Amino acid sequence: MRVMAQMGMVMNLDKCIGCHTCSVTCKQAWTNRSGVEYVWFNNVETRPGQGYPRTYQDQERWLGGWTLNRRGRLALKAGGRLKKLLTIFASPKQPQLEDYYEPWTYDYDNLVQAPPGEHVPVARPKSLISGEDTQVRWSANWDDDLGGGPELTRSDPVLAAMARANEQVRLEFEKTFMFYLPRICEHCLNPSCVASCPSGALYKRSEDGIVLVDQDRCRGWRMCVTGCPYKKVYFNHRTGKAEKCTFCFPRVEVGLPTVCSETCVGRLRYIGVMLYDADRVAEAASAPEEHDLYEAQRRVFLDPNDPVVAREAERAGIPRDWVQAAQRSPIWALINTYRVALPLHPEYRTMPMVWYIPPLSPVVDVVRETGVDGEDAGNLFGAIDALRIPIGYLAELFTAGDPAPVTAVLRRLAAMRSFMREVNLGRPTDESIAAAVGMTGDEVQDMYRLLALAPYDERYVIPTAHTELGDPSTLAHALEESATECALDYEGGPGMVGGGPFGEGSGGPAPIAVENFHMLKDRQTADAPADPTDRVHRVNLLNWDGKGRPEGLFPTPPAERPAAPQLMEGTDPHGDVEPRP
Amino acid sequence: MTGPDSTVDILLWLVFPYVCLVILVGGLVWRYRYDKFGWTTRSSQLYERRLLRWGSPLFHFGILVVLLGHVMGLLIPASWTDAVGISQHAYHVMAVALGTVAGFCTLAGIAILIYRRRTVGPVFSATTKMDKVMYAVLTTVIVLGLANTAVANILGSEYDYRTGLSVWFRGIFYFQPDPALMAAAPIGFQLHAVAAFALFALWPFTRLVHAFTAPVGYLTRPYIVYRSRDAHLGSRAPRRGWERTGS
Repeated sequence: MRVMAQMGMVMNLDKCIGCHTCSVTCKQAWTNRSGVEYVWFNNVETRPGQGYPRTYQDQERWLGGWTLNRRGRLALKAGGRLKKLLTIFASPKQPQLEDYYEPWTYDYDNLVQAPPGEHVPVARPKSLISGEDTQVRWSANWDDDLGGGPELTRSDPVLAAMARANEQVRLEFEKTFMFYLPRICEHCLNPSCVASCPSGALYKRSEDGIVLVDQDRCRGWRMCVTGCPYKKVYFNHRTGKAEKCTFCFPRVEVGLPTVCSETCVGRLRYIGVMLYDADRVAEAASAPEEHDLYEAQRRVFLDPNDPVVAREAERAGIPRDWVQAAQRSPIWALINTYRVALPLHPEYRTMPMVWYIPPLSPVVDVVRETGVDGEDAGNLFGAIDALRIPIGYLAELFTAGDPAPVTAVLRRLAAMRSFMREVNLGRPTDESIAAAVGMTGDEVQDMYRLLALAPYDERYVIPTAHTELGDPSTLAHALEESATECALDYEGGPGMVGGGPFGEGSGGPAPIAVENFHMLKDRQTADAPADPTDRVHRVNLLNWDGKGRPEGLFPTPPAERPAAPQLMEGTDPHGDVEPRP
Repeated sequence: MTGPDSTVDILLWLVFPYVCLVILVGGLVWRYRYDKFGWTTRSSQLYERRLLRWGSPLFHFGILVVLLGHVMGLLIPASWTDAVGISQHAYHVMAVALGTVAGFCTLAGIAILIYRRRTVGPVFSATTKMDKVMYAVLTTVIVLGLANTAVANILGSEYDYRTGLSVWFRGIFYFQPDPALMAAAPIGFQLHAVAAFALFALWPFTRLVHAFTAPVGYLTRPYIVYRSRDAHLGSRAPRRGWERTGS
């Protein structure tokens, strides 16, 4: 047993309203630079739909991920090492810009600079690639909310996979339901992008399993773009380097959730640590039957409450607080305890680590539209069994086409809905509803707390990185950086200082170091713009999680004030005083 | 040295190569330390694929064969090939045939690539000044080299570079180049050599640096790379004097 820790995420699709706040904040944080205009580390796609980039799920076309070779061993679908090197001069399966979309801006200047004339001046769309006038034809969410539209869904690879099994599926399905699928990098246990990188620039961090691109080692061979079946590695066309979702590592290292999670309006994202057995990953990823991959990955995870696992984790050098975080991990609870989370496309054999709770709401809606009680357990169970088509679609997404695990999850969610309705209405609870899905009433209530109430510190259980283990000169290092570099002065790559003589972004990089983000966190959690000397007295409402009544929430009553202010002569001591903020 | 050489000969065939090689090596070291981030192929495949799919492999595979040919012709003495029983004639036929084919592939490739670079809007706007200089010098080197091969091939030139140019070239590496050997070479070979050394001097400052990080290590490394965050604190190596002590 070789225990490793992995940061993971679970998204509860029932709660996603498709507002794209995660995408926008992520873009502002990470990809608001030239060269990555078309890049969305986080995107939200409407399902059914084509996704972004278009039809990325069609691995017969894009050849992403792993497959089993004739001997039953794992092999990269796009070809092995030799083939990669032989095709390195023109990567055969790289998506083109039109498969993503051509980024554009508007000629706003024309609105104010246009000479007086008969017509109102317009701001024409301009391509950010060529600078020429352009026609806006597609974007990262062009088919937003068009779930059932036959024009676009014709090329949905998931529907195509279903249609191969049953011709009638599509027509019927188009009338049924749509839902949103937010996607980030999966930070896989068996990442095919890492395996595809000829330079060895992509790597998996051994502490937290986050998959990153070493910008100094990337040579722009582009094989990772092909290798990733989720198409979540992007090519920066200005710097010539691969870039990808970083799981906001500078934030996560200091215990802050990722930007997409933090800003999620629906509070649907969960972040936590999973312990897994690295020795069994390859074996699990090589399961001969695709339907077994979901269970195989679940078996790779280790129970953090098992004393043997805790001991092995300690031996592997995983800090104690990380094991404790793994025990409290919402990811572990959702994947293993309640078994409501499923991996996205396990058939790619990359062992993805961003899992999803499939949406029940569309099923409820269908039941409700038929006029019967949409929250009655019996009706819902019946509907889940009857609505084979949406469940087939979810199964194509989450379980390589096996409907059984999806049905089980939806039944559990349905049971929770019915059970909690009795609680909310003050009626006696019905244990038989919980028992029907193999749970107890208490377990259902616990699951409800995690899924519906989703308190902040239960959604995000993020142990901080241990800088003290590594570097005694950390402080000096940070001081040196803040004294000699301007961290805001960047243009080309993440934290690049200006443009060197070899094109944009060349030259020495500005540091992205945990110390900088500790300072950032201090600033963010402080309530004063500068020098917060009285911070202890006050609560920043922007960071207040709504729980309880922390000290300093309200101004101190005058009687309790430690020292009465010295009043100037002639001041009325009972007059109005400026309230403390 | 076989006699008094003219100043021009000494400058061209003694000073110039060494200056260029020093710039090449020093420049590569400097660039690697200063600008790892800029060390990339700067691929433009995202903009355009159709022409690239023909041009790039043609050029790259062509130039790799040309490189092998130069290793054979320049670095391996004629006496070695004689020793393993390859006759001068057989060698010549092989070199000229392979060289011509590879040379034309390279030339066709670079022609397609330059055409693409000029005509495809996004590719052209992503072209730096350094790229343009590099393309000019690189094309000059290729055209001159191909011209020498073609002349040798078609006109049957008398010049045996294996006893002249190659000896001079090898001399560079044991610090005894004989300028007289180059002074005696035909003008085509002289120009090719000068252009090639100019290209070497230019090399570290262009995108050509990617050739020095050809990912051959990929053939032997394990698929999944794990790295510790501690191994690389921040995004650069600590400065001298700030290295951590082993703890």
